[in-house]
Amino acid sequence: MSTLSREDVLKLARLSRLTLTDEEVERYQKELSEILNYVAMLNNADVSGEKPTYQVTGLENVTRKDEIRHDGPYAASQNELLNNAPRSQEDQFKVSRMIG
Amino acid sequence: MSWDPIVTIAAAVNSKKTSAKEQVEKALLAIDAGNEFDAIIAKTEDRALQRATEIDEKVNRGENAGRLAGVPFIAKDNFLTFGSETTAASNILRGFKAPYQATAIERLEAEGAICVAKANLDAFAHGSSTENSDFMVTKNPHDKSRVPGGSSGGSAAAVILDMAPFALGTDTGGSIRLPASFCGAVGHKPSYGLVSRSGVVAMASSTDVIGPLTKTVEDAAIVLDVMSGRDDFDATTIEKDPEGYADLPNCDFKSLKVGIIKEYFGEGLEQGVRSAIDTRIDAMRAAGATIEEVSLPSLPLALAVYYIVCPAEVTSNLARYDGQRYGYSEKDAKSLDDSYELSRSHGFGAEAKRRIMVGTYVLSSGYYDAYYRKAQTVRTKIIKEFADAFSRFDVLVGPTAPMTAFKIGANTDDPLKMYLTDIMTVAANMAGIPSISVPAGDADGLPVGIQLLGAARSDRQLLSIAKGVEKL
Repeated sequence: MSTLSREDVLKLARLSRLTLTDEEVERYQKELSEILNYVAMLNNADVSGEKPTYQVTGLENVTRKDEIRHDGPYAASQNELLNNAPRSQEDQFKVSRMIG
Repeated sequence: MSWDPIVTIAAAVNSKKTSAKEQVEKALLAIDAGNEFDAIIAKTEDRALQRATEIDEKVNRGENAGRLAGVPFIAKDNFLTFGSETTAASNILRGFKAPYQATAIERLEAEGAICVAKANLDAFAHGSSTENSDFMVTKNPHDKSRVPGGSSGGSAAAVILDMAPFALGTDTGGSIRLPASFCGAVGHKPSYGLVSRSGVVAMASSTDVIGPLTKTVEDAAIVLDVMSGRDDFDATTIEKDPEGYADLPNCDFKSLKVGIIKEYFGEGLEQGVRSAIDTRIDAMRAAGATIEEVSLPSLPLALAVYYIVCPAEVTSNLARYDGQRYGYSEKDAKSLDDSYELSRSHGFGAEAKRRIMVGTYVLSSGYYDAYYRKAQTVRTKIIKEFADAFSRFDVLVGPTAPMTAFKIGANTDDPLKMYLTDIMTVAANMAGIPSISVPAGDADGLPVGIQLLGAARSDRQLLSIAKGVEKL
């Protein structure tokens, strides 16, 4: 069975925007390796002639009229949508500086 | 204390034999009485009583208050609802107040149903036991030392504890059917697309479905009838059956062709579960059904397919929890990157992190073809094998789970072992076909569920067969 290295786990964490403690890195090394080794059984599966399925309904290009809705999710006001924000200002979400 | 059938309750409210207020108060009392089972995250008491008043006033004006008038229900806490927070049982959503309600909730309310509480679940629906809830572990109503199953464990327990006539769950890999089996409830996983996912916290978008947990098939069918059908806010929704699901035809066992899924009766199946299922199959045979074994050779691969596709879609769907627009946000973060990483790391539980990282791995450059694309191709084989089986059989049958409710803590040290609980439920999710778990007796005092599977979009037929099997 192959095991993820410490570097592998740290890379996955970085890609996933997660910070892990040393104890977590060690634990996830073991657990993720077990899971990935289990799913690797698909390596031997014969899928010749088959295409991938990404969705099961067969629906394509479901469209709607290009008009403003005020029902369902669109009934919420801008204020209501900003209510849960940790920081907002002048009707906008406020985040840390990211440039310069 | 128990509940009349849903149609009876609604008729009684509409004819003033009882009031919506009385029904809501009954539910709230039952919720308090069942406190020790930790099935409920929060009551939506104030709003429920207010809605009950509105419904009673409507009835007093001589208007019909709907097909579910005054019927209380409990929603899994991954449904966005007014009246309380919506947390998905995760620390990262503590305090989150939904700015709109799920379509399923709106449709139920339009017919007079009243949400009285939010049920516990594995955080973000990641789990098979509710032990991954960031808040508490729900106890199985039959044995407090055991799990109720998951991830809709709170919903299943609430129904068995008579807290309400029905509860809502979601099923991505078995999360309605499994807790139904462990708790002795009816749990229906509809065809993919039949019920709108708008306003439900997303887990795996290509398999997530919404469905009812009840004590009877008839009640589950009515709830499905009200919720189902195309929704402009969810482009993956399909049309509901033109005949609906409320007036189900009787099941004629004599003309029924039943396929026993060979791959679900292998070594891992507990003897007590096997006996209970065999007994129910014998009863179907005695009622006149033609019973044959059928093999779907790709089924042993279904769990591996699921644990590639599901984490891949989870990692994408959980990317939105970044501490900027809603949810937990790390106060001392010094930069945007810090804010992302610390908010997520301190907000998410271990299982969420596991699934996010597995998903990131199988989608990353160099691994995408070998894992994700391969899994979605094996998925095609599973779909075809089911379609082929349904060309010969009206319904397929097997256990819902290899075991009865296990002890709290038995599988928490071993994520993979926990995943194996889903081994019989995931294939139906990968194929998008409907599947229902119906109580089928018990093994050593613990409930056993029999799983019935139907062809895609055959929910009406499947529910009428289930109604027949329920009575055997």
